[in-house]
Amino acid sequence: MSDYDIRTYAEVEGEDRSDLAGQVEEQRARVTRRMEDVDRILAVMSGKGGVGKSYVAASLAAALADRADPGRVGLLDADLDAPTADRMLGAPREPLAVTEGGVEPAAAGDVRLISTGLLLEEEAPLAWREPDSESFVWRGAQEHGVLREFLGDVSWGELAWLVVDLPPGSGRLEQLLELVPGLHAAVAVTLPTGASRSAVERSLRLVRSGDVPVAGVVENMSSYACGDCGSRGPLFPGEAGRELAERFDLPLLGTVPFDPRAAELADRGETARALRETAAGRELSGIADRLESPGEQAGRTA
Amino acid sequence: MKFLCVGCDEQMEFAQRDQPGDGTLAAVFECPDCGRAVGMLTNPMETQLVSSLGVEIGGRTVEQQPMESTRKQVASGREDAFDDGDLPAAATDAGGGDDGAGAEGTSGGDGDGDGDVSVTWTEDAADRLERVPSFVRGMVHRIYTDWARERGIEEITPEVMDRARSDLGLEGM
Repeated sequence: MSDYDIRTYAEVEGEDRSDLAGQVEEQRARVTRRMEDVDRILAVMSGKGGVGKSYVAASLAAALADRADPGRVGLLDADLDAPTADRMLGAPREPLAVTEGGVEPAAAGDVRLISTGLLLEEEAPLAWREPDSESFVWRGAQEHGVLREFLGDVSWGELAWLVVDLPPGSGRLEQLLELVPGLHAAVAVTLPTGASRSAVERSLRLVRSGDVPVAGVVENMSSYACGDCGSRGPLFPGEAGRELAERFDLPLLGTVPFDPRAAELADRGETARALRETAAGRELSGIADRLESPGEQAGRTA
Repeated sequence: MKFLCVGCDEQMEFAQRDQPGDGTLAAVFECPDCGRAVGMLTNPMETQLVSSLGVEIGGRTVEQQPMESTRKQVASGREDAFDDGDLPAAATDAGGGDDGAGAEGTSGGDGDGDGDVSVTWTEDAADRLERVPSFVRGMVHRIYTDWARERGIEEITPEVMDRARSDLGLEGM
């Protein structure tokens, strides 16, 4: 075998024409420039799927939009594989306008929305152009690329709030933070059960290792609200919301009942109406109030 | 990455990039001293790894389009997901970029002072563009136009599209 004595990368002083690191840096710079016009970025997270996180995120976006100037609240549906925000907010399935400045988000009522639900064929799964095997190697990079472009290439305009509905999983917030270090706050959503508490607790411990202010905990489906009379009854055992709030010294922002009427309205794309007409909606509106005016409650670091 | 001509101890220069459509990539680097050229060949998996990052070996040759990675990589996109403006059968794009409103049926084009080259699409090229899935068609139109303008090419023909596609890795586009 030959034994060449060659210079190292650092010793060769000429330009790296590919400059892959520089290209990645420029991608991040696009996000940074876009987010300069956003006052507050709120991540809605959970360590567990099936807790109604997307419903909470869509409702909070609609409630915050009620309290903001027109067009000043955005919702980024980062659950790429299972998008639901477009349906719950009744977003029109119209083409998104592309200009040199970026892609116009959909107008979902008063919320400016981007979601893979707007881009995919009805009922079609998210499929990628890629070789036939080993997709696990690059899937993370592909998903990260879509999230980055949702943040940086959408013409969000000047926003008071950008709500990011994160997919379930402990590490999802970390991925978002790599792109948006200036995250305003995160909200953790849990069910009342011990299993949910355990999963969300893992997420909060991960968050705690960073410097992310956590606005508080939302306990979803904390009870059953009768669709007719509004009276509440038990649904799941446990008090995970209260327990997590105490354990991490966070405010319990709200306990949202399961409300068949709210679920029906959300499924019809009338989440904004559900805020006014249902017990669950009124609780979520109260959470939006507490996020708008945290007082001494929100914004603590977990 | 850098390529070094060991015999000359000179950094080789990027010369050419080809993406033949089978998922592979070929990049050619030349030694400025002795002229020796080497080819870097990546298999589909290696090529995918790089493209998943939204970066290009050899550097970007045209400006990145909005949501370019998403549009290139998502295979199940809705046909009418994006409105890129009218892309007429024979579109003309003046320098400075496409505002999404090509001039229908024209074959000339006025520079707007920002760029030096007006780019015209031949009918054959425009027909071929029509066959590109609409999820990416408007973006591909912009990319081909920018690519041609960068090289002082005034008319986009199917042959120009082939060269651009090979250089940019727009497989199936």
